[in-house]
Amino acid sequence: MEENLINNMETMTGAKALMTAMEKEGVKEVFGLPGGSNLPMYDEFSRCDIRHILVRHEQSASHMADGFGRVSRKPGVCFATSGPGATNILTGIATAQADSSPMIAVTGQVPVAMIGRDAFQESDIIGMANPVVKYAFQPRSAEEVPEAVRKGFYIAETGRPGPVLIDVPKDVQQNEAPMNFPDEFKIQGYHPWYDPDIVAVEKAIDMLLNSEKPIILAGGGTIISSAFAELQSIAETLMLPVVTTFKGKGAFPENHPLSLGPIGMHGHAEANKMMAEADCVLAIGTRFSDRSVGTFEAFEKRLKIIHMDVDPAEIGKNQTASLAVVGDVRTSLRIMVKLLLQRAIKKTDDSLWLKHVKETKEYWKENLKLHPGEMGAAKILRKLRELLPRESIVTTEVGQHQMWASLFYDVIQPGTFFSSTGLGTMGWGFPASIGAKVARPDVPVVDIAGDGSFSMTENSLATAVLEDIPVIAFVLNNSTLGMVAQWQRTFYDRRMVGVDQGGCPDYVKLAESYGAQGIRAQSMDELDKAIKSALSSDVATVIDIPIDPEEDVLPFVAPGTSLSDMILPS
Amino acid sequence: MWSIISILVENKPGVLFKVTHLFRSRNFNIDSISVGITDNPDYSRMTITTLGDKKQVEQIVKQLDKMIDSVEVKHLDEQKTIFRELCIFKIKLSSTNDSMEVNKLANAYGGNVHDVKKDSIMVELTSTPEQIQAFEELVKPFGIIDIARTGVTALQRSGD
Repeated sequence: MEENLINNMETMTGAKALMTAMEKEGVKEVFGLPGGSNLPMYDEFSRCDIRHILVRHEQSASHMADGFGRVSRKPGVCFATSGPGATNILTGIATAQADSSPMIAVTGQVPVAMIGRDAFQESDIIGMANPVVKYAFQPRSAEEVPEAVRKGFYIAETGRPGPVLIDVPKDVQQNEAPMNFPDEFKIQGYHPWYDPDIVAVEKAIDMLLNSEKPIILAGGGTIISSAFAELQSIAETLMLPVVTTFKGKGAFPENHPLSLGPIGMHGHAEANKMMAEADCVLAIGTRFSDRSVGTFEAFEKRLKIIHMDVDPAEIGKNQTASLAVVGDVRTSLRIMVKLLLQRAIKKTDDSLWLKHVKETKEYWKENLKLHPGEMGAAKILRKLRELLPRESIVTTEVGQHQMWASLFYDVIQPGTFFSSTGLGTMGWGFPASIGAKVARPDVPVVDIAGDGSFSMTENSLATAVLEDIPVIAFVLNNSTLGMVAQWQRTFYDRRMVGVDQGGCPDYVKLAESYGAQGIRAQSMDELDKAIKSALSSDVATVIDIPIDPEEDVLPFVAPGTSLSDMILPS
Repeated sequence: MWSIISILVENKPGVLFKVTHLFRSRNFNIDSISVGITDNPDYSRMTITTLGDKKQVEQIVKQLDKMIDSVEVKHLDEQKTIFRELCIFKIKLSSTNDSMEVNKLANAYGGNVHDVKKDSIMVELTSTPEQIQAFEELVKPFGIIDIARTGVTALQRSGD
């Protein structure tokens, strides 16, 4: 540990040191809820410039921090007390880990001497969180606090980002010690970056040039590393069609002629078809999740896979790659852009493959059957797209509405679409939209929701209203746990169990009871007005949009089958 | 495939928990594990033997390497490695002849005899897992009262 000895050692409490260290990291907002074991840290809010945003349930604080982190690419911070406060944020931590989102979760803990005695509100959060954090600290003395914070932020935001837990016993918060805030430090076993192998990138170019049906598969890593310009340059130079994973949705402008949209269980038909026909894929920042590729075997048998990822453990975990390029994907793609330029490679758009891709895209644009009603999901989401400025940020919940968003809401400005894609956490989208709005107060932020998911964290409306965070909850309300209902219709012979939400609550009244704006939209005309009203509102708005509970999300690749076996609308 | 993985980790509380938890959560299997401090008290060495195909073992090594508390992870080549395990047997004796027989076997395997009683004897054996297994088979007919094994510990030979 190299320590900066130039720092003047100032004596202060562990709680003050934590807040000071966070200010040094540039933290301006903390999402949280106080309790017995984190009161010394809360007391510091009364004398520092960090804004505290109060939630009504700690899970929401963690999702807000997650939403903030994904949008700002700096760790979002959430606070919870010990015991139940800490266990309440576990879902949010696991969600951030599954989607590689930078986050700092600070929990209070019972005093060091009480640990292990089953004290009141004691929980072994370090033990419980271990499998779902990137790293966890539990400073056992006040002077360890600044270093835990400095290292925590560094670990959370470098390499493949992820959540870091800092669990601070109450006496560690209260005790005074001379504090050293290190600028430099070393973590011996942590190697967040690898230099991409230029020879491998060169080889990747040759593989793409020598294949007949090459394609780009952009995953979430493309968005995390903001490799948008590089991706677009490579696609346009090599004339490669681009599909994405669901997490990679919007890594590439979805109105671009080369864009085919997301693949996967509820991928675009044209994307799944072309992915299934391709012979070589440049896969960028993806773990080839089961939801994206269907069966693993079918996927890798026919394909040469070039796998770029920042995390060496992803290479070969789910798919065997023909060629691997380990390193930050933006750096790898930059090298590729440079090499293409040096070799003066520029493909034209007249290849047979590209012609076939275009025809397929056209075909599905014309022929995918949509819900015939006025308030079908596609029409609703296309209306939202039409009225939202392109820089607007969209989050989603988890379920049918999420997959409809994937199918029918085109992301035009890269990096403006966020969803709980890995863990699939219902209730994520609304608090995440609040975190996103805190990070980007200058743009509209919309949570595309279903009634089932929205119910889970709707009490975040209190935070949105009281803290003046005017987000928009766009609730596609079929009064059903729609995705489960769809599976019951499809795989369980229409035996509907445990999915009826009974029209409860009335979301307009609910919104109004929180002091938010509530609007029900039962026609396209009403929807148009509702969206415009929400966009100009300075309080949060809930738009309740009743839809047909029988509408399915199609196409649908059944679990464990191949991308080419899509269930299509009949 | 039986594999030996050697991990140099930071010597601090909770690291053993994280390593074993990683094996459990990734659905890998631990056959044996031994842990001890190194000449540098900042580090401990863990030696884990595991069963899995080549792809699985590669993935284990990568996941262990990714662990922030691990400093160095090696999949050891058996041919280039000294690996040993210590085992203590408590064996039942039914006659003085049994005692002589067990003594002879212990000698043949390079073991040490301890705590010789009228109806039991203890043998301490340091060897490869195969040799320990072979010795166990030979003394089984006498009746094994108890066994304690340390699990394998290993170091790669110099120059390899």
